[in-house]
Amino acid sequence: MSGIPHDHYEPKSNGEKWLHKRLPIVGLMYDTIMIPTPKNLNWMWIWGIVLTFTLMLMIITGVILVMHYTPHVDHAFASVEHIMRNVNGGHMIRYMHQNGASLFFLAVYLHIFRGLYYGSYKAPREITWIIGMLIYVLMMATAFMGYVLPWGQMSFWGATVITGLFGAIPFIGDTLLVWLQGGPSIDNATLNRFFSLHYLLPFVILGLVIVHIWAFHTTGNNNPTGVEVRRTSKEEAERDTLPFWPYFVIKDLFALALILAVFFAVVGFMPNYLGHPDNYIMADPLKTPEHIVPEWYFLPFYAILRAFDDTVWAVQFVSFITGGIIDAKFFGVLAMFGAIVVMALAPWLDTSSVRSGRYRPMLKWWFWLLCVDFMVLMWVGAMPAEGIYPVIALIASAYWFAYFLIILPLLGVIEKPLPQPETIEEDFNAHVAAKGGAKAAASPTPAE
Amino acid sequence: MIRQLTITAALVMGLGSGAALAAGKAGHVEDFDFSFEGPFGSYDQNQLQRGLQVYTEICAACHGLELVPIRTIGDEGGPHLPEEQVRAYAEFWEVFDRSLNGGEGDFRMATPNDFFPGSAMETAPDLSLMAKARAGFSGPYGLGLNQLFKGMGGAEYIASLMTGYTGEEKEEAGTILYENTAFPGGWISMAPPLYGDDVIYADGHSTDLEHVSEDVAAFLMWAAEPKMMARKQAGFTGVLMLTILTVLLYLTNKRIWAPVKKKAKAEAAE
Repeated sequence: MSGIPHDHYEPKSNGEKWLHKRLPIVGLMYDTIMIPTPKNLNWMWIWGIVLTFTLMLMIITGVILVMHYTPHVDHAFASVEHIMRNVNGGHMIRYMHQNGASLFFLAVYLHIFRGLYYGSYKAPREITWIIGMLIYVLMMATAFMGYVLPWGQMSFWGATVITGLFGAIPFIGDTLLVWLQGGPSIDNATLNRFFSLHYLLPFVILGLVIVHIWAFHTTGNNNPTGVEVRRTSKEEAERDTLPFWPYFVIKDLFALALILAVFFAVVGFMPNYLGHPDNYIMADPLKTPEHIVPEWYFLPFYAILRAFDDTVWAVQFVSFITGGIIDAKFFGVLAMFGAIVVMALAPWLDTSSVRSGRYRPMLKWWFWLLCVDFMVLMWVGAMPAEGIYPVIALIASAYWFAYFLIILPLLGVIEKPLPQPETIEEDFNAHVAAKGGAKAAASPTPAE
Repeated sequence: MIRQLTITAALVMGLGSGAALAAGKAGHVEDFDFSFEGPFGSYDQNQLQRGLQVYTEICAACHGLELVPIRTIGDEGGPHLPEEQVRAYAEFWEVFDRSLNGGEGDFRMATPNDFFPGSAMETAPDLSLMAKARAGFSGPYGLGLNQLFKGMGGAEYIASLMTGYTGEEKEEAGTILYENTAFPGGWISMAPPLYGDDVIYADGHSTDLEHVSEDVAAFLMWAAEPKMMARKQAGFTGVLMLTILTVLLYLTNKRIWAPVKKKAKAEAAE
């Protein structure tokens, strides 16, 4: 399937041949699980498995939760407490679902930044990248709507703030807002449609995940060198790759088990650590919480949203040019969605012919600065919008856009890349020898 | 003894900082030691029973626990009262039953299957989840990681609130406000509910203000998180099993890759 030459499934018995002629499902599964995978994948290539597992965990726990949940403004909050108190194992299932969202986003951010560093988005993997971005956007929508379902104070006021963003769109905003909310404000109609979509979207995500995997199984995996697998002959391909099973399945499962051990420690010992205490108070449309803070995984983009207020000259300028159609609020909304759009456009904004950041001495620095920038945005997103914080948010937001719109296009022209290895095999052998060499030096053999 | 001293010290300091609190600052939450803190902490059954008594005799005059089924006070890992005591306790309450009186509804004696009644006073919030809604700990450096060892801080908040009254009062728009060092903003409309020696414990436990406050705070923590024991046990089992699995997979992975790496090393040496 990957264009990398390798052994394919050969039906042996008559029964197998009969089935293969009519539905080559065994062959499809064989090719998927035995796909030639670059030998030199490092530990940053485990997040895909973690994400697939987390998606399944969320769907399974979610389906069970739905059996006991009541989507109605008068009953939703109490029905979640019913799950926590009266349903067998309900408290664990609910806490796993709640914290599973955090695991999901932690893994997806590491997965995305892995792609940004090793140039996984570059040709010929643009479709994989774009599908991935679509999955990420759907994940955010799903997580946001899921957070509304327990109908706590943060659920309600978070929903008010976020749906309010759509109200900032000129001309159609008000109509769109009413349409989204199913009425003039967040109410039972909103809860019901969010519930419906929160159940639907994970299955859309599942479909896109299959397309995502299909896409990179067609192009083959990227790897830390960014050098392509040799495809001229099966022998050569086999020197660069190993079959996914068992080499990478076991490696990924090891990493997954380790991560799940930490996950269970959080669920078991501090399940409310990442949540907001206010969400244990039932939604009250008449009482606004002092600080409305989104969940941690939204904070970077929330910071970008708030960064562009009407004191920023760029905002004033755009507002003046457009005759006030794009006001500060709408500018913030555009910036927030734009921050994701520029990331999705990375395959076309990056002009460098070298794929992996490992051989790009200048990109390295800018990339790590982007990681720091992301953490700064996350931190400042949780701070009140007063004092020095809006300034920090504005600088950090500006860097986010600068990285994709200025630095990536420019670096390809001015940067002098380091020499890349000829083949994946060469890189792998050198890596293993370097590690083994260190070991041998620690315990000198008698021959020395 | 040391704990009482620290509480007293905290109270004295609280008195001194009353002016700062009045300016709208977050309240001071004292770090009480509870038996259920940390990964291995568990509820003290006797303390929960005492707390239930304090709740019933004092808090319930205004507040409710409408999300807590009465039968759960017989649950293991909670107050764990014997079945006949649970039944006798339920009869203490009256609940409104919609099915009575030909569909018009009427009050009847509660059974263990009923929930605790809601708040009797409209302005008094329900306490079912208060210990989780008022989580107080955010350190170190705002990371909140100390929750792992100290709990969420909600029980500490409640105990601090009970012991945080300074005795000062003021009238504002027809309402009497009481100064409290734990309450955000410094002034609370709830009159001091506990003074010390408010209840008589059957087990002879001390009934001074600090002890009674701790008991009721522990009970409300249980009311908010009744499955804490089961959860920690599941977490412990999960971590243990996954750690074993991790070790096994590590060894499997090492073994599977060994020949591949050996070959690579040999080729690199050539």
